[in-house]
Amino acid sequence: MLSVENVAVELPTPRGNLRAVDHVNLTVGAGRTLGVVGESGCGKTMLSRAILQLLPKKAKLSGRVMFDGQDLLQLSPEKLRKLRGRSLAVVFQDPMTSLNPVLTIGTQLIETLQEHLELDQATATKRSVELLAAVGIPAPEQRLTQYPHQLSGGMRQRVAIAIALSCEPKLLIADEPTTALDVTIQAQILDLLAREQRRRHMAMILITHDLGVVAGRTDEVAVMYAGRVVERAPTPALFKKMRMPYTEALLAALPRIDAAPHTPLPAISGRPPDPTRPLKGCSFSPRCRYAVARCHAEKPDLAEAETPAHQYACFHPIENHAGAAA
Amino acid sequence: MATLELTIEEDVSALPARRGRRLGLLFWFAIGWMTLMFAVAIFAHVLPLPSPTDMDMLERRAPFSMEHWLGTDGLGRDELARLIYGARISLVVGICAPIIGLTIGGALGMLAGYFRGRFESLVVGSMDVLLAFPPLILALAVTAYLGQSIFNLTCILGVLGIPAFMRVARASTLTLARREFVIAAQALGATHARILLRELLPNVLLPLLAFFLLGVAVTIVVEGALSFLGLGVPPPISSWGSMIGEGRESLEVAPRLAFLPAIAMFLTVLSFNLVGDTLRAITDPRQGAL
Amino acid sequence: MMQQYQPATSHAPLLEVDNLVVEYPVGARTVHAVSGVSLQIARGETLGLVGESGCGKSTLGRAVLQLRRPTSGKVLFDGQDLTAMQGDTLRLMRRRVQLIFQDPIASLNPRRRIGDIVAEPLMIAGVKDPAKRKQLVDEVLAAVGLDPALVVGRLPHEFSGGQCQRICIARALVLNPEFIICDEPVSALDVSIRAQILNLLEEMKSRFGLTLLFIAHDLAVVKAVSDRVAVMYLGRLCEVGPSEQLFAKPAHPYTALLIEAIPVPDPDVRPTETVRVGEPPSPIAPPSGCRFRTRCPRADARCSAEMPELRVVAPGQLVACHHPLI
Repeated sequence: MLSVENVAVELPTPRGNLRAVDHVNLTVGAGRTLGVVGESGCGKTMLSRAILQLLPKKAKLSGRVMFDGQDLLQLSPEKLRKLRGRSLAVVFQDPMTSLNPVLTIGTQLIETLQEHLELDQATATKRSVELLAAVGIPAPEQRLTQYPHQLSGGMRQRVAIAIALSCEPKLLIADEPTTALDVTIQAQILDLLAREQRRRHMAMILITHDLGVVAGRTDEVAVMYAGRVVERAPTPALFKKMRMPYTEALLAALPRIDAAPHTPLPAISGRPPDPTRPLKGCSFSPRCRYAVARCHAEKPDLAEAETPAHQYACFHPIENHAGAAA
Repeated sequence: MATLELTIEEDVSALPARRGRRLGLLFWFAIGWMTLMFAVAIFAHVLPLPSPTDMDMLERRAPFSMEHWLGTDGLGRDELARLIYGARISLVVGICAPIIGLTIGGALGMLAGYFRGRFESLVVGSMDVLLAFPPLILALAVTAYLGQSIFNLTCILGVLGIPAFMRVARASTLTLARREFVIAAQALGATHARILLRELLPNVLLPLLAFFLLGVAVTIVVEGALSFLGLGVPPPISSWGSMIGEGRESLEVAPRLAFLPAIAMFLTVLSFNLVGDTLRAITDPRQGAL
Repeated sequence: MMQQYQPATSHAPLLEVDNLVVEYPVGARTVHAVSGVSLQIARGETLGLVGESGCGKSTLGRAVLQLRRPTSGKVLFDGQDLTAMQGDTLRLMRRRVQLIFQDPIASLNPRRRIGDIVAEPLMIAGVKDPAKRKQLVDEVLAAVGLDPALVVGRLPHEFSGGQCQRICIARALVLNPEFIICDEPVSALDVSIRAQILNLLEEMKSRFGLTLLFIAHDLAVVKAVSDRVAVMYLGRLCEVGPSEQLFAKPAHPYTALLIEAIPVPDPDVRPTETVRVGEPPSPIAPPSGCRFRTRCPRADARCSAEMPELRVVAPGQLVACHHPLI
């Protein structure tokens, strides 16, 4: 459905060029969910913008983004605009900023439907009510006349999802859809996304900083660090046998609900590298507990492990002791 | 202690190169022009200039010459000397009046934005009244009763500037007072005076100063307009506005008499605006952080 | 590290909140942010306070410090009633209680240098000798893992979120307080930095003999640092208990819901789609009786008629529910 081939994004800044995305390859098939995990500043949002062709004007993009057999980089702006919203939809982190505050929810939904599907007013209104009901909004008819600020954060995110789903997209990109929400609401929204994804058999990219979120809800996971994909594997394989020390450290740093209170957390020391000053070696090497001289001098490629689907970029992958160091 | 190793050394080298930011040629031209204006205004009486008020009826509207570099005006006074002495008046009024607005308006605005409540309503209400009062009528009334003098002119322009400064100060105080560092200071047991001076003032000052430079530019223009209408400085003292006014009479014969002070005023006002904008842009601490 | 759990009855608690009510007007209506909360925190203990956003947990934290004056109720700190204090007495008292905020960057004045920011509490407290101040500032900065020589002359924007939080912690510690209220101190930080800050808080607690009120919405984070946990819902306490016990055997249906909603980083644990219905009602018009009844699977007529009081269900564990799970 979507394949991202060798995509790189560079942003000019006053401090020099910032390599936000560094030659990333990814694929998502129809009906599959890809989780992209990484900390803030690792390039995961820039990657999603690159796929949507919504990068800042100054950004330099290279590579290919193949969607449904067409290269998005070669498409005319007009075709691209038709594609976005219609077959390529996106849900952002903050529904307050992605919804227009001065238009009612009904207007925003109905206009999207009318523009992309060319429905008449009555059909569009009917579809809107159905959509709102499908995303679990009580009393959908009344909601149509309300403004975004009259809804709670969770409800707003549901509306944003309804708008994204309105034109039956083939690919849905959910960029940190639950980061601004409470745990209970987060669970509801993730359930909703998973349910709709299965029902519509669409491809989905779930971008998050929380490994816990992707664990039960994705088919494949790509872990990003400093603009690169450092490990990529089918979800069960990744959690059973993580090879990249960063993935392991990220998982270990999560406070676990089954651990006793006051257990010191195995934190990752230091902080991510400055993206404007590329490191010679592996970008994780300054923080890596296994790093040796070679890691600081040479950049490891994303290579296959025992199965073709499991790839990682590391000279000293963790052997058979996943979790033992944690 | 394993968690406490922090690589600050690495961060030192990664410091944003803020200081070396290019300011642009235009900025330096503006600074240069401002410096020149200040210098000639301050040292006007030391410079080898003819008196700006000595009339030479034989040399009326004389063209540029070695004796009168920029010629003479309709009463035979040296145009260059009048321009430079005019710069004195324009700059003194243009800077002192906004200072009045800055201090009174800034203080009122900060207090209003910080304490809110009834005090704020009172301040905002009275400022609205002041704003609603036609400025020209006020200037006319004051000059009519108290007489024309540079001091009176400065006071009028200063008072008229208070509401604008108040609004700028209050708006930035309102947003800042809700920021967590102010709550943190309250939690530390800081007094109101301390919070206002230490936490809020440094943050409010820069938008105020940027606005101050704008205020200088506006005041110079307004002073010019008032002098042009004969409400400004009393003759025979020259100011750019009054010079433009006098030059109007001989616009067809010697247009330079109106245009020279106009150009001086234009360049000065433009310089203040340019410098104000640039300074605001580079002193915003959030700009450096990506 | 302080591991032992001290029952609140053994000695007089350091902080005692008694029937605290905080209400404030929004337009013509009243927000019932905190409605009759009673808590005790023993010296050396960490009490975790969890709840969804808008449940009043942050308001409670600020009301303890009298940054927002309570409508009624008492806050006893070391036996003295803070609500009765005014002016200078209150300001002096506040020095023994400090606050750490969610957004570390916003809680530092952007135009002041780190050295001044950390020295500010000392200035306010009247430490006149600059050399003494410098020494104390250097000590506390070193304690939070920052090199004083490199840090003091810089402005906050030159630091990352994690480093800013360290600076905030240093500022809170410089006056040697007894009690620290941490208001979501890690929710704005990345996973890898979060663990560093949590470990630092734990270390500072044992080193300086602190008592903590740790406010967060993330149960896993709260569990990692707390001796006891209090669960808050819509202005009222639902359940209070020793953390291990509370997580192993939640008595209140809301606690159970919160625990269930935590994403588990294990693909074998399939997220269950069960009772995660609804969202919290508005604190402007809270439901009658038990405030959780609108989302509770066990609610019946009694729950809407009668407000449940906190009662003991197990040693140290109190619950406000007519139909507890244990």
